[in-house]
Amino acid sequence: MEQPILHSQNLSVGYGGKALLEDICLAVRPGQILTLIGPNGVGKSTLLKTLSRLLAPVGGTVLLQGKELRQLPERELALQLSILTTERVMPELMRCEEVVGTGRYPHTGRLGLLTPADRAQVEAAMELVGVKELRDQEFRRLSDGQRQRVMLARAICQEPQVMILDEPTSFLDIRYKLELLELLKKLVHSRNLAVVMSLHELDLAQKGSDLVLCVGEGGIQRWGTPEEVFTAGYIHQLYGVTQGSFDPSYGSLELPSVAGEPEVFVIGGGGSGIPVYRRLQRQGIPFGAGVLQENDVDLPVARALAARLITEQAFEPIGPRALEEAAAVVGQCRRLICCVERFGSMNEGNRSLLQLARQRGLSVEIEGAGRA
Amino acid sequence: MKQNRRYALGYLLLLLLLAALLLLGIFAGSVALEPERVLAILLGREQDTPQAQILMRSRLPRVLASAILGGALSVAGFLLQTFFANPIAGPFVLGISSGAKLVVALVTIAALSRGIVLGSVAWIAAAFVGSMISMGFVLLIAGRVKSRSMLIICGVMIGYICSAITDFAVNFADDSNIVNLHNWSMGSFSGLSWANLRTMTPVIAVAMLCTLLLAKPMAAYQLGESYAANVGVRIKPFRVALILLSGLLSACVTAFAGPISFVGIAVPQLVKGLFRTAKPLVILPASFLGGAVFCLLCDMIARTVFAPTELSISSVTALLGAPVVIAVMLRRQRM
Repeated sequence: MEQPILHSQNLSVGYGGKALLEDICLAVRPGQILTLIGPNGVGKSTLLKTLSRLLAPVGGTVLLQGKELRQLPERELALQLSILTTERVMPELMRCEEVVGTGRYPHTGRLGLLTPADRAQVEAAMELVGVKELRDQEFRRLSDGQRQRVMLARAICQEPQVMILDEPTSFLDIRYKLELLELLKKLVHSRNLAVVMSLHELDLAQKGSDLVLCVGEGGIQRWGTPEEVFTAGYIHQLYGVTQGSFDPSYGSLELPSVAGEPEVFVIGGGGSGIPVYRRLQRQGIPFGAGVLQENDVDLPVARALAARLITEQAFEPIGPRALEEAAAVVGQCRRLICCVERFGSMNEGNRSLLQLARQRGLSVEIEGAGRA
Repeated sequence: MKQNRRYALGYLLLLLLLAALLLLGIFAGSVALEPERVLAILLGREQDTPQAQILMRSRLPRVLASAILGGALSVAGFLLQTFFANPIAGPFVLGISSGAKLVVALVTIAALSRGIVLGSVAWIAAAFVGSMISMGFVLLIAGRVKSRSMLIICGVMIGYICSAITDFAVNFADDSNIVNLHNWSMGSFSGLSWANLRTMTPVIAVAMLCTLLLAKPMAAYQLGESYAANVGVRIKPFRVALILLSGLLSACVTAFAGPISFVGIAVPQLVKGLFRTAKPLVILPASFLGGAVFCLLCDMIARTVFAPTELSISSVTALLGAPVVIAVMLRRQRM
């Protein structure tokens, strides 16, 4: 395996000699994306600033290609490492092209004039990030998202071996978030560079990183591949989530369930129940959900939101035990919402729940796909 | 390349204005001089006439000095604006000119009372010391307050304190020479000699050359300290160089012409607007030319409008410069 391009040894980071995070040992190799996740204010930015030498370490060392970061001459560092910070810069009267062009600084001569080769790099970086059409616009007048992308182009055209990006997805809409991650993946492979960044979007961190570092209260909690880090329940612990839930296999967030005795029973399955569960949660109505097999796609959301949930084993038709349990819940409810399109051998039991509701005189609604 | 054409036209305009105002400055005044006469005097064919005295002793050095000092002052302003990332920073509003004025006044009074007449170099040195003392206070404050407007308010206060102490000193020192000191402390380009010019020109030329060498890091610094450091600017030496150069340039101005208001803010702003860029490599020389034009015009107004009475130069620069500052602040509000 290749040698790490950036690694830290017993690094402590913080301000004014006071350590915020201690004993950090991380390593990232060319071609890898390392993502920092963790709650606000635990020191992710402080760590990133230390790794990019904007801040001196409180203890320990950072090594860039085996050389101590603190001892590198300014220009050598600038040729190897570029950054994107969270501070809002508002330079006067600078066009986007000029802002991106500042990334060429370490490559230019005494007066900082750009050669045609430099201009080509600027152009290529703007093309990559998709801001070429903003070239002649004044930087200050752009939206936050556009500025973020221009600053990313700046970091790219510096032609570094390591990019350190603090919350590169902030201000970006969903399209550009996905494009950004795709671009970073392409860059790390085509240019054989390493990216260290922080993200708030756990789903993106999970899908777009080779390595994840979890920074929690009191220090580094976990470090490894996304599969090692994103385990059930851990994310709740890392962020101290007490309201709502995070599903590690989909990376989706749900608000807390509405507690209380179920007023509505929802027959779901195969994804049909999810919008109904979420609507009832929004309206503040406690509901029962069932009967769902343990491998149904509705299950994670139902588990997060339903006041009562009745399940059957995976791959098994609905059996009498589950049906009895569900019938008891339906008996307490005033309404029943049926979302499924058809009843087959696996969910035949749910048809009897629908009949039971009609017999008992519950108001029965047929939703979505089931209405056809 | 549209950009380069704009730069070329901008420079051409400034050079033409400079030439026009230099000529106007030579011909116009309480005693008008005809072009043939001026040519004759300059070629040495006419000497010892009153007109020749006026041109060679008073008008020519004055015009040249106001151009050079005006240029230096606006470049000093641009350096401070870059340093503080604040478009309304300048040697006058930050109290740096007044600090220089105070030390020059104290040193001059002390020297006069011992019967010593100080030379140009001593003036610059005293003004530089004063600039650095004021600058020290401003930096101390800048470290504590994050707000840009608070910094300016503190600078203005430092300026008032220094001016007040200067007034006390000037009023209590009873010497006939103090009359000159009083005029100078209000700001004026009058009474500048060839000897003064011979001292200020090399100092300002060297400072300008050093400033041009800082154009590259200044451009990087416009994106803030973090990004500048990331592309390889050595932040500490760079900041020290900015402070020393802006201090030296504004000290030269204050030493010879006293404190002059608003040139340092207004001219870089106007020039940036004209060139539609803030690129230091373009704006530094353009600010020098612009400052020369601006001060020639203001000095022209100061000495001709109520001739033979002269207005203090700061009254004129304030009248023309302060509205520019207000416009800049209003525009920033809207951003």
